[in-house]
Amino acid sequence: MLEVSNAVVRYGAIEALHGVSFEVSAGEIVTLLGANGAGKTTTLRMLSGLHAPVAGTITFDGRDVTRTKAHQFTSLGISHVPEGRRIFPQMSVEENLEMGAFRRRGSISEDIDRMYETFPILKERRKQLGGNLSGGEQQMLAIARALMSHPRLLLLDEPSMGLAPMIVEAIFRIIGEIRDAGTTVFLVEQNAAQALRLADRGYVMENGRIVFTDTADKLLVDPRVRAVYLGEAV
Amino acid sequence: MIHYFTSHFATLRLEFWPLLVGGLASGFIYSMVAIGYTLVYGVLRLINFAHSEIFMSGGFASLFLLRAVVGNSQPSGFESVLLVGLGVLAGAVAGGLVAVLVERVAYRPLRRRRAPALAYLISAIGASYFLFNLAGKEFGRNYYTLPILFINRPVFSIFGASVQLYYLVVAGAGAAMLVLLDRVVAKSRLGRGIRAVAQDAETASLMGVNIDRTIVLTFLIGGALGGAAAFLYGIQSGVIYTMGFTPALKAFTAAVLGGIGNIRGAVLGGLLLGVVESLSVAFVSGAYIDVVAFSVLVAVLLFRPTGILGERLGRAA
Repeated sequence: MLEVSNAVVRYGAIEALHGVSFEVSAGEIVTLLGANGAGKTTTLRMLSGLHAPVAGTITFDGRDVTRTKAHQFTSLGISHVPEGRRIFPQMSVEENLEMGAFRRRGSISEDIDRMYETFPILKERRKQLGGNLSGGEQQMLAIARALMSHPRLLLLDEPSMGLAPMIVEAIFRIIGEIRDAGTTVFLVEQNAAQALRLADRGYVMENGRIVFTDTADKLLVDPRVRAVYLGEAV
Repeated sequence: MIHYFTSHFATLRLEFWPLLVGGLASGFIYSMVAIGYTLVYGVLRLINFAHSEIFMSGGFASLFLLRAVVGNSQPSGFESVLLVGLGVLAGAVAGGLVAVLVERVAYRPLRRRRAPALAYLISAIGASYFLFNLAGKEFGRNYYTLPILFINRPVFSIFGASVQLYYLVVAGAGAAMLVLLDRVVAKSRLGRGIRAVAQDAETASLMGVNIDRTIVLTFLIGGALGGAAAFLYGIQSGVIYTMGFTPALKAFTAAVLGGIGNIRGAVLGGLLLGVVESLSVAFVSGAYIDVVAFSVLVAVLLFRPTGILGERLGRAA
């Protein structure tokens, strides 16, 4: 579904990604693990056109999207839940959901109702401004907003960041349900244990390179992963 | 000293309603121009100092169009309505086009290169000088009066102040356009796009909002309102290549007064500034009217730089 080969991303003179390659197949949950500054967020930003690669190619469903602009991705079927949730603070919950369907024509009220079923708290808060929601509510809104464009591939950047363990559980359960409903998920997480329990496969990133990859089950017991990302002594 | 104030308050009491009516009329013009500053600030965080020349272009466009269509005979009532409509349209089209042109030539190349804020300011001043000197060279450096579109006469009186037709035309056209703009920004897809870019441009693009196009539309809307305002202004004050300078600076004051980036703030600031400077005539000579307006700007910047309603960027209401 998604193939990235030898992608290089630069911020000015600094090379942030030194030729990364990976792929995501339809129906999978794939996670990208790595320490702070490894290049995980940059990778996601590259996938949604916020930071075009200077070399390498990205194809989505066989189509070259390397130079596609950020605002064209929702129409292609890729939706990005950004790091830090980035809810529109001065818009109501409902308006934030409407923004998620910005490129769609026709009625979206059924989809909004569906989001309220999945996330009942958003229905209670529908008239409140996005900026007044709690972190967990904002994360749910960010995911619901991204689903409003009917993506086939959902990019999630650190959905557990700063949230209480119970809310993290809920968010991860919902991510599983999203995949079961037919949306492929590419998940960037610092919470490696949780991400690997949910994912099918994982890639591990260090200093702008993908250093190894395996199925999630194997990565969970891999001593290199356990040492660095699951906080265990070797 | 006491005598000074009692006598001036006596003038104010006598002249309050006429001054208020006149002040509100200029206030509507300031509001319409202030919208242009505030919209562009909302999405780009920059003050479009070429807005004065966008205003001026609207004045000339309405002048040329109306000169071409108005004959020697006095227009009938129906024709008057039509001519005012034409003037608004000509001003709006020219203002909108020039605003889009300014964005393309003076700002977009800087955005592509991620230039510092100072570069935008210099580019804006350059565009402003270029445009008004071009207008002066091409159209002459004289005052032009618009053809007579209607006979200005008192229509009714309120608390003893006669309200002239000109004031009603300005207030009616101005209020209609401002309400329309407010609804568009609050309710339409285009308005949601503008607010989204103002609040968080990058995330707006992830939602599918084309930032470049939204910026162009913002300039177009602000320019159209400013150009239409120049026509309303020109009915009474005439048209000249430097006509944009003072009204635009006052509209900028109005935008800051209401809270830059805040649409309703711009409207409130415009009306308030129009009334304040008009009422000031009771206390100081009319020659000081501009001094009063710019004293307001200095006072706002000193004491409440975020304006009356604050910088509620991208807010619907």
